[in-house]
Amino acid sequence: MKESLIYGKKKVVTGNHAVSYGVLLSKAEVIAAYPITPQTQIVELLSEFCASGLLKAKFIKVESEHSAMAACVGAAATGCRTFTATSAHGLALMHEMLHWAVGGRLPIVLANVNRAMGPGWSVWTDQNDSLSQRDVGFVQFYCESNQEVLDTTIQAFKIAETCLIPVMLVLDAFVLSHTSEPVDIPYQEDVDKFLPPYKPKYFLDVNDPRAFGGLTSPDHYYEIRYKIEEAHRKALKVSEEVDNEFYQIFGRKYGVVESYQCEDAKLILVTSGTITGTARQVIDEERSKGKRVGLLKIRLFRPSPISQIKEILTKAEKVAVIDRNISFGHSGIFCQEIKSILYNEIRRPMVFGFVIGLGGRDVVPDDIREIIDFTYKADYPEEMVYFRGVRL
Amino acid sequence: MVEIRFHGRGGQGAVIASEILASALFKEGYYCQTFPEFGVERRGAPVQAFLRFDKKPIVIRYKVYHPDHIIILDSVLLNQINVTDGLKPYGTILINTNKEISFYSSFFSNYKVAVCDATQIALKYGLGTKTAPIINTAMLGAFVRIHSFVSLDSVLESIKEYVEVKQEENILACREAYEKVRFES
Repeated sequence: MKESLIYGKKKVVTGNHAVSYGVLLSKAEVIAAYPITPQTQIVELLSEFCASGLLKAKFIKVESEHSAMAACVGAAATGCRTFTATSAHGLALMHEMLHWAVGGRLPIVLANVNRAMGPGWSVWTDQNDSLSQRDVGFVQFYCESNQEVLDTTIQAFKIAETCLIPVMLVLDAFVLSHTSEPVDIPYQEDVDKFLPPYKPKYFLDVNDPRAFGGLTSPDHYYEIRYKIEEAHRKALKVSEEVDNEFYQIFGRKYGVVESYQCEDAKLILVTSGTITGTARQVIDEERSKGKRVGLLKIRLFRPSPISQIKEILTKAEKVAVIDRNISFGHSGIFCQEIKSILYNEIRRPMVFGFVIGLGGRDVVPDDIREIIDFTYKADYPEEMVYFRGVRL
Repeated sequence: MVEIRFHGRGGQGAVIASEILASALFKEGYYCQTFPEFGVERRGAPVQAFLRFDKKPIVIRYKVYHPDHIIILDSVLLNQINVTDGLKPYGTILINTNKEISFYSSFFSNYKVAVCDATQIALKYGLGTKTAPIINTAMLGAFVRIHSFVSLDSVLESIKEYVEVKQEENILACREAYEKVRFES
């Protein structure tokens, strides 16, 4: 591909390729990945960039996702900017190595295309793959558009390297990964200004040997965990700073959460990923009919933007959380998080939880209208979780 | 907002056609969104692709259920699936066929029909193989002619960006279909 066709252009590209362009512009040095639908296009294009010399990175072909993350761990430990991408079962197979990336404080960036877990075998979207990895300690961003995907990829490296914590950016299978739309591809000089080369203080160096990740006695392990928690708290602040700095250069910002039409709203919907876009249109329609409804988009899931969420949601009377995931035997996972954030507040809204769109079931405006109407009319959430439109 | 649905078979280039058209619309100042039917594509199996465009940014993220226009890359699909499902009244149906408009107009009285023998054009320019011609660029030429959304020049420019092999032949096929398409005005 000609360079003149890439940099500083608005191009119609898929969400997958938006990730690839983000990684190209971020000048990743090592990429290790194993193909899996619907992620494969991300690393396919990256391998082409590497083959043509456009991206001067080492592309490591591996035999599994576990090995992909293991290779990333090794590469990142030597002080390289490192990237991988996966989906669903691939992410699940990486699980052990995800802990390694976090515990080793390695700023690896991972793009996960949200795909439902089988069986029933599925290639379509839901969030159970990435949310099953909630507690490993990766920062997690959920994206709404292809532009946000590209911009978050670039931001992810900066956040990861500033806080020494790995970052996962998440995009919905097909609804973003295989959907093409206009994306502004920045100039390389601007990205270079925003994201300088990664220069860690400590790294594996044959000329200055050190050991990493050795046996850690109870005298030290606890403090290492405390420091990871500190890094997460720092990452929350850094995510906002990085977003503002990004805005100064590129003119786009997203916030760690986004409040849409929430002023004076009695009912606030909470969404993540691409359901947000469709919900925006429904909120606009409901507003035009005089309904006081708003929308809170959660972009940063971990670290949890606790104070931002409290500030917006405690002003509402009711909250309806839309989850494209399920923690069986309990409720949707975003719903649990929202409840736990609000629990100690003296003034807190009633929280209703809805699980929809699993396994790529299309989420249309009527689904969101029904959720709004139901929550409006109900006095109390009789169920921990409501399903909509189950066909039995 | 205008919504378009492509019906084709895996390998005919329906998905690329919708991407080329989206890119051409974008060049002319439209916001656009295009996606294939979400699934596991196989060569020869019926496939769909969807395209939305608008003067305003597009925020919605669900399938196209009520297209304004449809494009049918393989006329045999007319016997197999309900291609007009959800099509808005007076929407346009562009069919790749060697038959006349009159053959179809009685079936589709609520819609406008356009026909183009894209297969014959693709074969003439050696696109694809004799048994599996790639007809997407020809169908785009026909589409551009029957609607005034986008100029032929923008589509040709996008073809140059998306099609790496037989670029000149694809452009000639697109131009020829633009000239030869027949439609009810």
